[in-house]
Amino acid sequence: MPVTGTRIFSPRIYGNTLPSFRPRVFLLISISALLSLPLLVIIGSFFVPASDTWQHLSDTVLSQYIVNSLILMLGVGILTIVLGVIPAWFVTMYRFPGSRMLEWALLLPLAMPAYIIAYTYTGVLDASGPLQSWLRDITGWGFRDYWFPEIRSLGGAIAMLSFVLYPYIYLITRAAFIEQSICALETARTLGCGPCRTFFRVALPLARPSIIVGLSLVLMETLADYGTVQYFGISAFTTGIFRTWFGLGDSAAAAQLSALLMLFVMVLIFIEYWSRKQQRYHHTSSRYGSLTQNRLNGMPAALATFGCSLPVVLGFLVPVAFLIHWAFLTYADIVDAEFLTYMQNSILLAGCAALVATTLAMFMAYGKRRDPGPLTRLAVNLSGMGYAIPGTVIAVGVMLPLAWLDKSIDSFFRAEFDISTGLLLSGTLVAVMFAYMVRFLAVALKTVDAGLTRIKPSMEEAGRSIGVSGFKLIRKIHIPIMRGSLLTALLLVFVDVLKELPATLILRPFNFNTLAIRAYELANEERLADASCSSLAIVLVGIIPVIYLSRTISKSRPGHDTGT
Amino acid sequence: MLYKIVTLILGSSLLLAVNVHADEVNIYSERKEELIKPLLKKFTEHTGTRVNIITGNGDILIKRLEIEGRNSPADVLLTTDIARLYRARQKGLLQPVRSEVLKNAVPASFRDSEGYWYGLSLRSRIIVYAKDRVDPSRLSTYEALADPRWNNRVCVRSSSNAYNQSLVASLIAHDGIEATEKWAKGLVANFSRPPQGGDRDLIKAVAVGECDVALVNTYYLGGMLNSDIEEERKAASKVALFWPNQERRGAHFNVSGAGVTSSAQHKEAAVQLLEFLLRDDSQAWYARQNYEFPVKKGIEPGPTLKQWGEFNADDIKLEELGIHNAEAVRLMDRAGWK
Repeated sequence: MPVTGTRIFSPRIYGNTLPSFRPRVFLLISISALLSLPLLVIIGSFFVPASDTWQHLSDTVLSQYIVNSLILMLGVGILTIVLGVIPAWFVTMYRFPGSRMLEWALLLPLAMPAYIIAYTYTGVLDASGPLQSWLRDITGWGFRDYWFPEIRSLGGAIAMLSFVLYPYIYLITRAAFIEQSICALETARTLGCGPCRTFFRVALPLARPSIIVGLSLVLMETLADYGTVQYFGISAFTTGIFRTWFGLGDSAAAAQLSALLMLFVMVLIFIEYWSRKQQRYHHTSSRYGSLTQNRLNGMPAALATFGCSLPVVLGFLVPVAFLIHWAFLTYADIVDAEFLTYMQNSILLAGCAALVATTLAMFMAYGKRRDPGPLTRLAVNLSGMGYAIPGTVIAVGVMLPLAWLDKSIDSFFRAEFDISTGLLLSGTLVAVMFAYMVRFLAVALKTVDAGLTRIKPSMEEAGRSIGVSGFKLIRKIHIPIMRGSLLTALLLVFVDVLKELPATLILRPFNFNTLAIRAYELANEERLADASCSSLAIVLVGIIPVIYLSRTISKSRPGHDTGT
Repeated sequence: MLYKIVTLILGSSLLLAVNVHADEVNIYSERKEELIKPLLKKFTEHTGTRVNIITGNGDILIKRLEIEGRNSPADVLLTTDIARLYRARQKGLLQPVRSEVLKNAVPASFRDSEGYWYGLSLRSRIIVYAKDRVDPSRLSTYEALADPRWNNRVCVRSSSNAYNQSLVASLIAHDGIEATEKWAKGLVANFSRPPQGGDRDLIKAVAVGECDVALVNTYYLGGMLNSDIEEERKAASKVALFWPNQERRGAHFNVSGAGVTSSAQHKEAAVQLLEFLLRDDSQAWYARQNYEFPVKKGIEPGPTLKQWGEFNADDIKLEELGIHNAEAVRLMDRAGWK
């Protein structure tokens, strides 16, 4: 039976009542409202009268912020597509030396925080770093006698961000390639398309929606990045926000800048939505033959191995090698009992956040599917916007409503019982978790949503026709089929939270540290070597689920187990 | 039923909330944990008072204080530069503390005149120069770095950096806005590379020949001279420190300092902690561990600081730097100092 991507649910099948009157829909909208509250707080800042700061900004630096952020997005977008899509195609379709290992190794940079890779590469490639020192030693040149690419530049920032962000595209695109019906590819071949044309004419158009989902995640991360651009001295949007706040001391104008940043994001979301609507190709067959991977030999094999390992080398092996080198120099002072506590905190926090985010995402994506309509769509889209907002800004957006709630309860108890309840939620892990949901739900939502569209309504109908419904239906049909997507969502949120810094830093309770905080505090003091142990620990903790995930995806190809 | 559950939840969290330890003190600290914890541990050993700490960027901690309002658990706000202390006071987040011990320990120019905040350690932003390429007799003042003689020879950090902002604020206070803007434009024209990196990066850039002079804080040079890493020690040995503006007003000094918050529930312990941080041995710790200058007079500063010799410090009222901070940022924007 033909499956036509998006519009497959007619209201006729799912009841006649308006969606907004269902309790399920009410709950969905409430959750979305709660999660968008911090963003609305920021948008609300638009109604504060603009100070003369705006005049100053637009006279001097605002255009620079916008232009630099756009260039950054463009550069990172192109580079991540190249680094993500091409290896995804090769490891899916061909066998060459190392291809089995590269399947999962290509995901490794996911575990590397962007600011850590930026600090590390700067330490290596800087004029005073080992590489250029060695160059000067063997040639006898002075510093001004040669040209060397400047790492702390816009180009450098594009490279750093791309090296750690391309796995999003790789991950999602590879899943798409794996799921592509072999029939489409074989038909292309029998029609005389060479491998190149099959890729460009058939595989790529079919995978385009997936690539765009990955790309929008990448671009949102790029917009939200502060650590890298700040260290490289680039006047981007985020650096502008914090400079306005910290330097000019105008937090209202800073909030207004953040609201402007959200406009960027809305445009991104719109483009993604529009592009999905434009999608003209759909899988027309549900027959999945086992994928035969062509073996490459000789020169093509060498090229494939080289090309596909390049992203891993640049995004993972090189920085990890230097981190290990530094860790050997410093571990005696850094790794102690407290270090283990930090590690435990990081894992617990990331694990909880991953579970909560995936559950919420499942609920919302499913809700959108059961009760389609502009209201649910808006609700779901709104709750995913936080991904592009810098963590610090979200943290402030989280603090304000929580403090208001705490204050109201406190006032009530003071008035009624003459006791102060103090702060009940502010400064607890609840606040931290809230911020994580606002910031990272988008990741889980996009992944789960993509997985859900693969379940045909006929399967649900079949389930209902034999009397299975509600949660049982989800458990019996959706969860088994979507296992890959759910695991991907879990993992992505886990790794993202593991790396998260600014929101944790500002919202955490007293005496609570994580690996990311530890790494940042030392790296920020420019004590790179001392920061290496914590950075390595983040990477190590992140790798384990990355590898597990990759194995699951390899097995997730429909028909893999049964061999149909 | 629902009413009962709500009462139960509120009631139990109430128990938790009311359970405030009497003998503890809570700090919001801009100073990194690594650079304050050993002192706090000593304080706990000494007094039995437990210290709880959250670190983070100064302005964000101020924001958190502001949002939490009178219920904030923080007793002490500790910052690494004057502008944040000034801002916290302006927002009414600090309360005045009258303590003879504090007053006697901290010279008048390094504390708030009404006792809202006290400096704890001194941090000077000075000029470092390449020993092999710069004749120190050619160096004189911050102002002179805008001279075309230094064309393509100066490295600085971004104007987003709080220490640069304080330095420029001090120039505004001394020379006026117009003269300072002209100076900033001259300085920008002398940059040998766009502003970037941190202070240690600047020192390395001078060592390697990317520039000849740079504006950095003294303690970064101290840290590099005593680093575990050979390359850092080597780089630091290629540069020397120059105390600017010695003939007249003296070199620019900033403080790391602290104040007691308006919402403090442990005011006594908070004051006790400030007094402890100003004891002779604590002050010596700042000097030996992080190469900052003690704010208190007559402390033995250790060999690294001693080798930098005697100097005159600018004794401008530090509040002035806070007042001019925002203007300094705008001025740097106009001058094209990124």
